[in-house]
Amino acid sequence: MRNILILTLTLTLVIAFGITSAAEIINGAGATFPYPLYSKWFYTYEKSTGVKINYQSIGSGGGIQQVKAGTVDFGASDAPLPKEEIDKHGLIQFPMVSGAVAVIYNLPGIPIGLKLTSEVVADIYFGKIMKWNDQRIKEINPNLRIPELPIIVVHRSDGSGTTNIFTWFLSDVSNEWKTKVGSGTSVKWPVGIGGKGNEGVAGLVRGTKGAIGYVELAYALQTKMTYAILRNKDGNYVYPTLETTQAAAANASIPPDFYVRFTYAKGKDSYPIAGFTYLILRKNMDRNKLSTILKFVEWAYKNGDRDAKELSYVPIPETVKTKVLTELKKL
Amino acid sequence: MRKLNKDRAFKGLTAFLALILFLLSVGILYKLIYSSRLSFEAFGFSFIFSREWDPVQKLFGALPFIWGTFVSSTLALVIALPISIGIAIFLVELAPRWMRQPVSFTIELLAAIPSVIYGLWGLFVLAPIMQNWIEPFLGKYLGFSPFFKGYPLGVGMLTGGIIIAIMIIPTISSISREVLSAVPGHQKEAALAIGMTKWEALWRVMLPYGKSGITGAVLLGYGRALGETMAITMVIGNTPSLSLSLFDPAYTIASVIANEFTEATYELYIASLIELGLILFVITFILNAFARFLLWRMKRFEEVRP
Repeated sequence: MRNILILTLTLTLVIAFGITSAAEIINGAGATFPYPLYSKWFYTYEKSTGVKINYQSIGSGGGIQQVKAGTVDFGASDAPLPKEEIDKHGLIQFPMVSGAVAVIYNLPGIPIGLKLTSEVVADIYFGKIMKWNDQRIKEINPNLRIPELPIIVVHRSDGSGTTNIFTWFLSDVSNEWKTKVGSGTSVKWPVGIGGKGNEGVAGLVRGTKGAIGYVELAYALQTKMTYAILRNKDGNYVYPTLETTQAAAANASIPPDFYVRFTYAKGKDSYPIAGFTYLILRKNMDRNKLSTILKFVEWAYKNGDRDAKELSYVPIPETVKTKVLTELKKL
Repeated sequence: MRKLNKDRAFKGLTAFLALILFLLSVGILYKLIYSSRLSFEAFGFSFIFSREWDPVQKLFGALPFIWGTFVSSTLALVIALPISIGIAIFLVELAPRWMRQPVSFTIELLAAIPSVIYGLWGLFVLAPIMQNWIEPFLGKYLGFSPFFKGYPLGVGMLTGGIIIAIMIIPTISSISREVLSAVPGHQKEAALAIGMTKWEALWRVMLPYGKSGITGAVLLGYGRALGETMAITMVIGNTPSLSLSLFDPAYTIASVIANEFTEATYELYIASLIELGLILFVITFILNAFARFLLWRMKRFEEVRP
């Protein structure tokens, strides 16, 4: 009797392990921004193909380190890595989806649609424009009665891809910003207070009259924040929407290492603060896993756009998708 | 014989457990020093005194964070200590019997609330109250001093200190309550018998008797305040500054580590964040040592006194 029991147990274990090792499991880690979309994609993909992809949203920095060290099969980052970094560690990066950053504000009596030029946004974040009833803001909003309030600048305190895109934009707009502050996931802000995460920034802006901040577009839309319409490079005022973000991405030039930056992009409909979020792989990774990931990317490019739009992410242009797949197939 | 062996085994086991904890601390210290060597090589001791924190230019300095940590924790302690001792005295001495259990249970329950909840409550509820009521009031009547100057933002050092104070009150008050209820009845009765009022008995007999226990409670609370991360990150404003005004935003060591560690992408950056962790470790160590020294001196002073 006892022997039978042991035998059954052993067999069960063998079978169980056999099954798990037969099914493919891919592990990834990194950016928090695309996490809601990725988890939806991975879930749907597992249901339709049986391939399981685990993803831990530990932050871009952690994702980059883990993929370099080889502890995960892919990393995810909101900011692309510079070419030297990619070459040095034998990596390849490619965009999965794009996102935009909305400039939000709290001005009593003024709903969505305050107009701001990109230069004014830069000067506000520099601390040069300190009052809402500044001549430069009043001039572009002649029909609004802008209250006489000091401007409280709010930024992200945690390192984030959103900050990276926003400071790219500020650097594009203002040379002074580029040389004195620069861009990155965390920077030395000339003025303002820091909120942790989108919820922290949104909370501070909501709670403070006269505050201005920036959050991911998806977050601004879902939480119904009042956001500004910005003047783009071509001189048009554009709302942050899926379409204007797509318009900006469509005008981006795509280098072979996919280090794409399309803040303050040309084009009459382009929204000026947007960027891609990336997957990063090691070129010399396990061939089977590579082909599994490749299959997933193909699937996501083909079937993932609807999910993306539903969650307020912006699909990347078809031309970029084709380029990525060509590059990946070369591996 | 058998009994002796069991005793021995038990002694060995407990010694082993204590040793593990000690080794763990040493291990942490070693790892902190080892992992921060890059930053130490780059900046040396000027890391501690530099005000610069610029990840883009790759310049790092800890002073504003040390300042923020120290001031916010001390402020929290200054607010929490009288309240906690008051609660403890009330519960042990003054409260009607039926109230004691429910009230102390509720206070201990506060300690179980996750700190992110405190943080979000601080951001969405406390900060607007601070901004619209308390800070304008303080600014109006105390604005002549350098501590209450500036625009009321709602978030900043003061709000951070208050949030931490609320979080450490349960710790300090429940330990103090235990300490006070452990004061032997005959001590108190003797004091009352020689004609002391309740107030005098409390201040001259009970509190001095429980001094070392209460100091322990304060230390535990202060330790928690120094290391508190999530709640204070939501409400302190996260701006590295050295302002005297409690209205201004500030930054603590624990907050900057929590904020920037996940997205720190190059090695010097990570090493600098780890060195901040090392500094926090050392600060905690020094404060503990200092408190022990105080206790030791108090004891000695009492023994010498005739």
